[in-house]
Amino acid sequence: MTKMSGAKALLESLERQNVDVIFGILGGALLPIYDHFGKSKIRHILCRHEQGAAHAADGYARASGKAGVCMATSGPGATNLVTGIANAYMDSSPLIALTGQVPSGGVNTSYMIGRDAFQEADIIGITTPITKHNFQLRAAAEIPKTVQTAFYIATTGRPGPVLIDIPKNVQTEVEEIDFSNGIQIRGYKPTTNPHPLQIRKAAEVLAEAERPIILAGGGVITSNASPELLQMSELLMAPVATTFMGKGSFPETHPLSLGSIGMHGNPVANKLLCEADALLAVGTRFSDRSTGNLDSFCAPAKKIHVDIDSAEIGKNIDVDIPIVADAKEALKALHERLAKQLKKKGTSAWTKRVKEAKEQLNPPAKSTKELKPKALLQQLRKLLPENAIVTTEVGQNQMWAALYFNALKPRTFISSGGLGTMGFGFPASIGAKVACPDRPVVDIAGDGSFRMTEHELGTSVTEDIPVIVIVLNNSVLGMVAQWQRMFYKGRYSAVKLGSVPDFVKLAEAYGALGLRARSIAEFAKAVKTALKSDVTTVIDVPISMEEDVTPMVPPGCGINKQVGDY
Amino acid sequence: MEKNGKTKVIAALVENKPGVLHSVANMFRRRGFNIESITVGRTEQEDLSRMTITVNGDEKTLEQVVKQMNKLIDVVKVSRLEPENIVTRELALIKVNVPDVKNRSDVINCVEVFRGRVVDVSPESLTIEITGTPDKIDAFLNLMKTYGIMELARTGITALSRGVRSIRIDE
Repeated sequence: MTKMSGAKALLESLERQNVDVIFGILGGALLPIYDHFGKSKIRHILCRHEQGAAHAADGYARASGKAGVCMATSGPGATNLVTGIANAYMDSSPLIALTGQVPSGGVNTSYMIGRDAFQEADIIGITTPITKHNFQLRAAAEIPKTVQTAFYIATTGRPGPVLIDIPKNVQTEVEEIDFSNGIQIRGYKPTTNPHPLQIRKAAEVLAEAERPIILAGGGVITSNASPELLQMSELLMAPVATTFMGKGSFPETHPLSLGSIGMHGNPVANKLLCEADALLAVGTRFSDRSTGNLDSFCAPAKKIHVDIDSAEIGKNIDVDIPIVADAKEALKALHERLAKQLKKKGTSAWTKRVKEAKEQLNPPAKSTKELKPKALLQQLRKLLPENAIVTTEVGQNQMWAALYFNALKPRTFISSGGLGTMGFGFPASIGAKVACPDRPVVDIAGDGSFRMTEHELGTSVTEDIPVIVIVLNNSVLGMVAQWQRMFYKGRYSAVKLGSVPDFVKLAEAYGALGLRARSIAEFAKAVKTALKSDVTTVIDVPISMEEDVTPMVPPGCGINKQVGDY
Repeated sequence: MEKNGKTKVIAALVENKPGVLHSVANMFRRRGFNIESITVGRTEQEDLSRMTITVNGDEKTLEQVVKQMNKLIDVVKVSRLEPENIVTRELALIKVNVPDVKNRSDVINCVEVFRGRVVDVSPESLTIEITGTPDKIDAFLNLMKTYGIMELARTGITALSRGVRSIRIDE
């Protein structure tokens, strides 16, 4: 027990959770905490907007596998975090959001909560549906236990954001603080070990299957189960499709990799998924963008569904064998059981079908004079080392990246899959770079998305966090423009952004490096320059506004009914 | 969610602290589940409250409700109560318009048949307390309609399993 202020107790509690960085913006209701940053081991990174702080912390979490921490003041600071928190919630990312709050009492302050005080917002009420859990502190003595519990909840089971709201008087009051372990949550017991009976049943189905397929979701990455996934796939000689969130869980250059499924999925993945006779789905929630029309999704297959969140089982699709467990534990147990009864399979009619489908449906990029996203992204893969981290914005840039940029390792492809948050990729790349300073980090952006958080150039330059932003610049909100072309007879409405700003000049205005590439050769040169640059580089790549992302599953259709070429 | 199912009863033990009712109600709203009635009160363990929630929906909906409730950190335990194995009670207070003496004695007779009680009397009205299953209360209310119901307050049901089965958290 030591006597100290709530502010000091908070930072010390965070240090004890091995927090090394906080992305935030201060404000009146956080002044007592910020007064202590100078004395703390924790690095504070001052962002330019709270949304950027939340996405940066999220990017840090996804790249590192540790919880990311963001902080904002009461009222508008807290509400500006909301998009970032919702984004982390949808993609099951372990985010800790700390918010200042108006005083709840105290010696020199009156009780202000609930009285519409200056910069007061009911952030607990606002974030209840988009957090795994949230807390409002009542006393400084509660801080260590609350922080421990928050990190435990955020990082275990199905991870997710947890918010701690800290009234200003709790930060200033001095109390006896006890830092001993005090996690006690009787209402929270994630199931990590699979039920042996379910494993036995699943093994039977997989052993007998002639055309088994594995669908790996984001849960495989979260539980660091990529080695087990590879082992399972090679034992069964089962091809692996990933969901968009699962991209990176399986090396996409592997002969058994089919790429990702979904509305803009790889046609090989979409087609073969509908031909399989057994599906092993791991760590996926079968989102509508992944499955397309549910009636035809994987229709002939016996379905095995592994998820740590029991509520995901049977929520969107009915399955034959549910397994509530951590992806890694389940894959280990399944492999152990199958390895006993199966000899490693060789080539079969099914593996031949995989090879033939890949050759037929994934032709190489045509060489054209005009700079096309497919060729550009395939070129980018060649220019980057295997362990480079790529983030994306949302829209066409994201789907092109999903289709044509091969992710080779887990936690190297970071994108807003569930919420689809434009403006996520750039701040997330800053967070990822902080987590992995020795690896190149590249944000594949569109001009529309980049405009939404471009001000974080200030953060990346002043805090010395060099990343590379590739702006596929078509001067429109490309994905909605594509939908207007395809489904609204080409009636463009409110999609044209004009060719401002000049992104090269914008970068320069922030003290970053701005480059422009109009051909593959120029692009390669620009990326090489950027990889050597010690400041953030923005590479502006003008492309045609008429460019569509194809193939595509029209809304309401089955995923094997794609239109357009790969 | 389909609304073609029957009313089902869920009992939950929750942490007895502020904000828990909000998070439960919020989850129902967000997921599009419909609460028919909800009662909350203390239990034999002072740090726990018990919620009895009746939900209208099919099997699949109910399964999701239970799973989603289980995900809430402050919900300690959730159980579905099977209608054939539970005792349910609801309390209703009914103010009936009976200025006429003949009607008044008829109403009092009904109250006796239903084992209710008259808890307040005025020249114009009787206030009746009645306890029982929701069906019993519905039947009584049907009778009272002929006299004119001035005001009605129902608590919603509360329920326990029959026999030794119980929902408890052993410390």
